[in-house]
Amino acid sequence: MARMKFLCDADRCIECNACVTACKNEHEVPWGINRRRVVTLDDGLPGERSVSMACMHCTDAPCASVCPVSCFYTTDDAVVLHNKDTCIGCGYCSYACPFGAPQYPQTANFGTRGKMDKCTYCSGGPEPDMTQAEYVKYGSNRLAEGKLPLCAEMCSTKALLAGDGDIIAEIYRERVVTRGYGSGAWGWRTAYGETLTV
Amino acid sequence: MLIKRKARDTAATGRLSQIAATLSARPLDRRSFLGAAGLGVGGLAAIGTMGVGMTRRVEAQGFDDPSQPIEVRTNICTHCSVGCTVKAEVQNGVWVGQEPGYNSPINRGTHCAKGASVREVVHGARRIKYPMKKVGGEWQRISWEQAMDEIAEKMTEIRGRSGADSVYMLGSAKFSNEGAYLFRKFAAFWGTNNVDHQARICHSTTVAGVANTWGYGAQTNSYNDIRNAKTVIVMGSNAAEAHPVSMQHILEGKETQRANVIVIDPRFTRTAAHATEFIRFRPGTDIAVIHGMLWHIFENGWEDRDYIAQRVYGMDQVREVVRAYPPDVVENITGIPGDTLKRVAETFAKERPSTFIWCMGGTQHTVGTANVRAYNILLLATGNVGGEGSGANIFRGHCNVQGATDFGLDMGNLPLYYGLGAGAWQHWSRVWDVPYDYFVSRFDAVPAKGGREARTPTQNMEVPGITSTRWFDAVTIDAEDIDQQDNIKAMIVFGHGGNTVPRMQDAQRGMDALDLLVVADPHPTTFAALHSRTDNTYLLPICTQFETSGSRTASNRSIQWGERVVEPIFESDSDYSVIHALSTRLGFADEMFKNFDMVQGKFGMEPTPESIMQEINRGGWSTGYTGQSPERLKAHIANQQHFDLITLRAGPDAPEEVRGDYYGLPWPCWGTPELRHPGTHILYNTNLAPMDGGGAFRPRFGLEYEGETLLAEGSWPLGSEIEDGYPEFTYALLEQLGWDTDLTPAELAVIRDIGASDPEKIATVSWSTDLSGGIQRVALQHGCVPFGNGKARAVAWNLPDPVPVHREPIYTNRPELVSNYPTNDDRRQQRMPNIGKVVQQDVVDRNVSTDFPLILTSGRLVEYEGGGEETRSNPWLAELQQDMFVEVNPADATARGIVDGGWVWVTGPEGGSKARVKAMITERVAAGVAFMPFHFAGWFQGEDQRGNYPAGTDPIVLGESVNVITTYGYDPVTGMHEGKVTLCQIAAA
Repeated sequence: MARMKFLCDADRCIECNACVTACKNEHEVPWGINRRRVVTLDDGLPGERSVSMACMHCTDAPCASVCPVSCFYTTDDAVVLHNKDTCIGCGYCSYACPFGAPQYPQTANFGTRGKMDKCTYCSGGPEPDMTQAEYVKYGSNRLAEGKLPLCAEMCSTKALLAGDGDIIAEIYRERVVTRGYGSGAWGWRTAYGETLTV
Repeated sequence: MLIKRKARDTAATGRLSQIAATLSARPLDRRSFLGAAGLGVGGLAAIGTMGVGMTRRVEAQGFDDPSQPIEVRTNICTHCSVGCTVKAEVQNGVWVGQEPGYNSPINRGTHCAKGASVREVVHGARRIKYPMKKVGGEWQRISWEQAMDEIAEKMTEIRGRSGADSVYMLGSAKFSNEGAYLFRKFAAFWGTNNVDHQARICHSTTVAGVANTWGYGAQTNSYNDIRNAKTVIVMGSNAAEAHPVSMQHILEGKETQRANVIVIDPRFTRTAAHATEFIRFRPGTDIAVIHGMLWHIFENGWEDRDYIAQRVYGMDQVREVVRAYPPDVVENITGIPGDTLKRVAETFAKERPSTFIWCMGGTQHTVGTANVRAYNILLLATGNVGGEGSGANIFRGHCNVQGATDFGLDMGNLPLYYGLGAGAWQHWSRVWDVPYDYFVSRFDAVPAKGGREARTPTQNMEVPGITSTRWFDAVTIDAEDIDQQDNIKAMIVFGHGGNTVPRMQDAQRGMDALDLLVVADPHPTTFAALHSRTDNTYLLPICTQFETSGSRTASNRSIQWGERVVEPIFESDSDYSVIHALSTRLGFADEMFKNFDMVQGKFGMEPTPESIMQEINRGGWSTGYTGQSPERLKAHIANQQHFDLITLRAGPDAPEEVRGDYYGLPWPCWGTPELRHPGTHILYNTNLAPMDGGGAFRPRFGLEYEGETLLAEGSWPLGSEIEDGYPEFTYALLEQLGWDTDLTPAELAVIRDIGASDPEKIATVSWSTDLSGGIQRVALQHGCVPFGNGKARAVAWNLPDPVPVHREPIYTNRPELVSNYPTNDDRRQQRMPNIGKVVQQDVVDRNVSTDFPLILTSGRLVEYEGGGEETRSNPWLAELQQDMFVEVNPADATARGIVDGGWVWVTGPEGGSKARVKAMITERVAAGVAFMPFHFAGWFQGEDQRGNYPAGTDPIVLGESVNVITTYGYDPVTGMHEGKVTLCQIAAA
């Protein structure tokens, strides 16, 4: 089985937000929920860099560790998913997540945020694959169709890579060798406990 | 911190702004919602249709049921000119999903935010759903029948009263090629040259500048070819936001070639963030920057002498002009310090191939054409045109602005740059199979007035019309001052925003004064909302290019055929159908449509785009639009995987139907489709034979000037049988060379027919008027370029500045420079006076720059496009950019007590103009410079105009338009507006 990961090449990302709208398009994510977003550092200053952020599908995911109802599970492809029927909207995962991935449809006190929503790595949820029931709760299931997440597939400069960790790491290494520089695989140490060295 | 937040909350008045305000604790960057996403989203549930229950509405249109068959249809993104392939998954007639089109050599599956969200546009909750008209100030639903009948009747009535020229036909860069051509033909049959489209306001100066230099007004190379460049200068282009997918090629090229990517721009753009060097300069001083570089190039002998000797006319005169731009002078004008330009000039001249990219930062100026000419001269001086990795990589704006330009949605041209002369009208009369005299009969006679002579219809049909930048002046100006029978009384607006040209106060007055306003568009646009009209205003729902089929020409001249994804939604219909319905009622449909295959459309008969393209193929000799038959174009889309990423050429393994072709048969694609010319990837490339896509500079300005030859000397395309320069091919030239015997009898018969069997006329039949294609075929057979082999012109003696010189912007922040560098003299152009010099002198005399000390410039955002009505109606995009803003440097903000994210009034120097927007404090702009994006509308000088839109069609996001503030100023050649330099003042609201 593959070990699915995301990698954002910050030297390529131009903050065009294709990943964001591709995600909205694929899953019809409503206004106010952002499974993926682009964060820009030093906006407007020399050294400005952007990274596209979503759930990184961590090894030993912190969200799963803190979830009081154990709604998270990890698939054979190492994708971290959750069960919205179990989720109580407590918001613990949003505090645990180092990437700000969990999203909630409502803002209110005392556990009434609604069911948590986040990136599914385009692979749905616990319902049977590619069903209307799955689509309504989690969005489409591209992995089940043999396709990769649409955000990475549509990335304008091919900055955002998705796929088996070893393969995308190799693509990134080749790039760094070709161009002679690279600011590293952003978030990999946090998410996967490893860095990408060249 | 808390005070700031509170202040913001109370200041917000608009519905969305309130929502946004609850969202943004502190805007970290311009996407203010990001800082607090996931915390304050509750308010967004207030937005009507977008319920937030579980992830989405149960009736989600994005679910593709695996039990039902899915069909994948291929079309092209309808936003920018890159031409990204869109793969649409269709189930039961509904577009349910978008997939990456990996096989496209142009985008390889990728998109930007706009391309990745195009599916929304065919669900489009906020589109115009049915024809409407305003009755007593209220929008009322009507039928297509009624709309067409009433519009045609009113047009005819206005024509009778004020003449054909009083109806203005504003077309669109969003048309397909076939739609654009049809619209131009429609204007010809109606009898006016008052027809234009968005190219006027994006690259008209490019087309004029480039065509006057080396022959054709288009990008010389391609996005893909930038991968070959060793040095890239990007000046006045923010590709990362305006053409994001082009950055794939630029950044990969930068990596593989270790290329120098130098961004020269007043603003530290997102493109600059990825450059190897960024150089800031004062807006509006491009020519001084370029001459500053040329000064070093000539001083150090870095120019390409052989190239200049063989292929360039007049470089010595440039040398003389450039002497006046030594480093200290250039630094004083531009603000670029020290020897920065020396370093850049040396890199550009020596680390070749070098390419120069520009966009509207260069073109939208009173010196737009001269800017373009300066860029061209830099390329010519360093020998950087006509080869791989070099060239003028002009990034056009809209998805088909190149095609719409090619097909003459232009007040100065019939389709394909034939001009408006008698020869041009005769050529198209032959192609259309309509007597020339018919067109004469359709045009107005113009009476003598204002001291100007009268014009007969024959003369009037050869006089360029009014530009889209000044249609409102043509409505309100004193009738004595307008160079046609009467003022503009009616605007027929197909696919064109009303907020993308300066002086919106005047545009509003113009809209109010019209007798008839027709807006044909998927969205209502500013034309429907800005004014206070109560009657005689129509909205026609036009479908998008995803709901019809046809071809579009990308910036690199590649033509791509898009197939219909879904049927037109609601009651919308295609451009083809609506133009036909109008023509029918105006009485000329039978003649105009007689060459087309007519089929039953949604509400009536319509021509097939295939048959329109075939007519184009029969007439488009001047530009090589003749080889691209619909069959060939469809074969290219179907076989995308066979085209090379860098050369765009299909290899030997490709299927026979596309083998050896360049992707999309980029024009010129000479001869008939049967000739199988591969198209031209790189223009003016002497390294290839013309039959292989090679070429030379086009000698279109005579054979010599002031005793010096204008033909190439010692340079010719590979394999040419004439090993020197030569003029364009005519029948006479073929005879002279003894090549006339190569013509087939059929070809000869056509040529004789065009020459009306008169030997003198036959002799002048040329490669561009020979409808048989024989002259082109024979020229190519002998390795020659049909249009000749000439020199590019460093000196264009027919332009106001034959060699560009620096001229201060009309609204300059350096009035002391005006005496040395005044704007162009006042003149009459495009049927109206241009009084730029009077205005500039007034600006200096009144010390306008004291009260309005900040330079205001404008540009694009990645999420929105053009006037923005379509993209601001798309929730996936609108969510990302909810507020109009102005970028202010921290120094200017501090001096004015402006806080980040706070409301400010931006005021302009004309008509007490003002705009209420949010402040974005950033060093992206230099001190003394402010920037505003141009995609917003729907607020006007503090007034929320949401209620002016028909119910349910108002875009989600509204905002002030920058063009409320922008000011007078027009290029003397093309009438391009000054959109990039004016003055303003900013104060906290």
